[in-house]
Amino acid sequence: MRRSRRAFLALTVAGALVATSACSKDSGGSNEPKVDKVEVMSWWVGPGEADGLNAMIALLKTQHPEITFENSGVAGGAGTNAKAQLATRLAANNPPDSYQRHAGQEIATDIKNGDVEDLTYLYQRNGWNTLFPKGLIDTITSNGKIYSVPVNIHRSNLMWFIPKTLTDLGIAAPPKTWDEFLVQAAAIKAKGKTAISIGPAWTQKHLLENVLLGELGVDKYTGLWNGKTDWTGADVTAALQKYTKIISYSDIASAGADWQPAMDRVIEGAAVYNVMGDWAAAYLKGDKKLTYKDGWNVVNSPGTDGVYNFLSDSFTLPVGAPHKAAAEIWLTLCGSKEGQDAFNPLKGSIPARTDADKSKYTGYLATALTDWTNPSTKVVGSLTHGVVANDAWNAEIDTALGLFVKNGDAAAFGTAVKTSYEKNK
Amino acid sequence: MRQIRQWGPGLLLVAPSLIVLGIFVYGFMGWTANLSFTSARGRNLTGDYVGFDNYRELADERGVTGQRFGIDTQNVLIFTAVFVAGSLIAGLVMALLLDRGVRGESFFRSVFIFPMAISFIAIAIVWRWLLSNGTGTQLTGLNKLFSASGLGFLANDWFKSDSGWAIAAVALPAGWALSGYVMALFLAGIRGVPDDLREAARVDGAREPQVLWHVVRPMLLPVTMSALVILAHISLKTFDLIYAMDLKSLKIDTPALFMWFTTFEGGFYGRGAAIAMLLLAGVAVVIIPYIWYSVRAERRS
Repeated sequence: MRRSRRAFLALTVAGALVATSACSKDSGGSNEPKVDKVEVMSWWVGPGEADGLNAMIALLKTQHPEITFENSGVAGGAGTNAKAQLATRLAANNPPDSYQRHAGQEIATDIKNGDVEDLTYLYQRNGWNTLFPKGLIDTITSNGKIYSVPVNIHRSNLMWFIPKTLTDLGIAAPPKTWDEFLVQAAAIKAKGKTAISIGPAWTQKHLLENVLLGELGVDKYTGLWNGKTDWTGADVTAALQKYTKIISYSDIASAGADWQPAMDRVIEGAAVYNVMGDWAAAYLKGDKKLTYKDGWNVVNSPGTDGVYNFLSDSFTLPVGAPHKAAAEIWLTLCGSKEGQDAFNPLKGSIPARTDADKSKYTGYLATALTDWTNPSTKVVGSLTHGVVANDAWNAEIDTALGLFVKNGDAAAFGTAVKTSYEKNK
Repeated sequence: MRQIRQWGPGLLLVAPSLIVLGIFVYGFMGWTANLSFTSARGRNLTGDYVGFDNYRELADERGVTGQRFGIDTQNVLIFTAVFVAGSLIAGLVMALLLDRGVRGESFFRSVFIFPMAISFIAIAIVWRWLLSNGTGTQLTGLNKLFSASGLGFLANDWFKSDSGWAIAAVALPAGWALSGYVMALFLAGIRGVPDDLREAARVDGAREPQVLWHVVRPMLLPVTMSALVILAHISLKTFDLIYAMDLKSLKIDTPALFMWFTTFEGGFYGRGAAIAMLLLAGVAVVIIPYIWYSVRAERRS
């Protein structure tokens, strides 16, 4: 009896504590702008990315010691979990002060819902319109307005290989076009090796976007995403059929469980090429301890020389952010040279700005930065990583692509993607 | 007044759970049903009333949505059949073996039931490797075991098979996880059969198989029904196992996964709600006969 009474007492006290803490949160969450705190929601919790974020937090602390940084990181591949949690908070009108999104169309739904503020004024105030490449600005502008600040740039159109494998097979150089790839692939297959390794569904989509880019060229590729290129046109159908042919030389029947196991097959020499984004550089260098150029090498995926197929992590200002003034300071830091140079060398990406400190980027990143800042480089956006297609269309493309990989019907895939574009634009 | 005194306290006691159930289960069910008749999109659920359009789209094999849902339905039927039958048989066999009075029974009981304590995600990661269909240097897991023990002809493409039966391979880890639980149910059921009944049968000259068939089996029917219902609803809502095994592979896609991706990645809330309602109908097909059966059994006793 005495024990149960004590338990009851404990419960009551605990309940009262919860109630008071809830109350104090309510009174603190009024809508007037406060500069004392900024809550940032991201999915940067893994090694490398978390280090980069911490470097930015440290920078914020030295520049603005009055601001406490609340790091609401949510673990989970490519932000799927963070996005689910964010959706709940946005629906409950309880947004963080700033949250992470892939730059581009991934944010389109938020814009439509009126969840995010127009940040064009920050671009004008900081001169970002000229400091970021024009191709990037064009891609992230929606009806003349920009709603997010890109912190880093990754590249999608890359083809990875081990130089020794090529020498052993007597291949002089990686292919410059997909046609050349198919010739090489036939020879590689004859020698009992896989020409190109592949992983789960999203890596198949990643390969598709770069085949389309390589076969159609920059203008038609860009047109695919704004309705100017006909998905059922003869050129697109031909490119899609080429994709089926390329896939037939891959190990798709026993595809790796993720992109790393797929890359492992290239490292082991069982497969020759792999098309993947440049986060693979950190994997090859860090996890696999291979040296750039000798141990592994990378070229632009076939037919995409002079093109930068990018994806980018960016931060937003939600409507009704409790600490708007502090959020603006955070976003300004995200777009600043110091902020980007603190974050990117640790994350293994390059800054979105073209005036970054080049000495901080070595090995592969130096090459990437040279390409990115080269004024003649053409910038296009990645489909798989949320830049060019909104969430709804992207999810419909997933369904269509799953069926296409299964049945190889290029015309049906083109029609399905075209129809869902019309329905979801 | 006296009547109120009779059922009042009881009602008061169950009222909170009735209210909570009413809102969070049946209320939301109704809300989802309503949503499934709209074209609701995005977080704000903006959309119009469209009648049965979402259901029609799922049934229309000309569109990619319908094609995928067709594959999903076929997959979940195969998965349910293999998983439920497999777990029931494996569980029953293990229970019968343990009932023979093996030495260290409690040890084996724990060994068989432990897999249930592992989360489906962890099971998927391990079995993804065990069921890998790589060859050459990539040869791992069961296929490697087969080839090493001279049973190479058993090597299989498992869940990457092109045959349309790929999903049956996923029933293997699912059954591995739950057959121990089914065993526990059956073991309790078998132990519940009074010994004098068995003895009586033996005295009458029944051999062991006959005792099992004519005495034990009829008394296991309620246990079998519970196990069936539990397994069938688990099978329909299996999500994490497949998600972690091969993300977005149509070979092992099921309505539960399609529902999640189309709703929370694509923002098609109306369509997602329609798939959820069809899943609910699928569960109802199993549950309603069970409820009908148990109500009738209760009345009889």
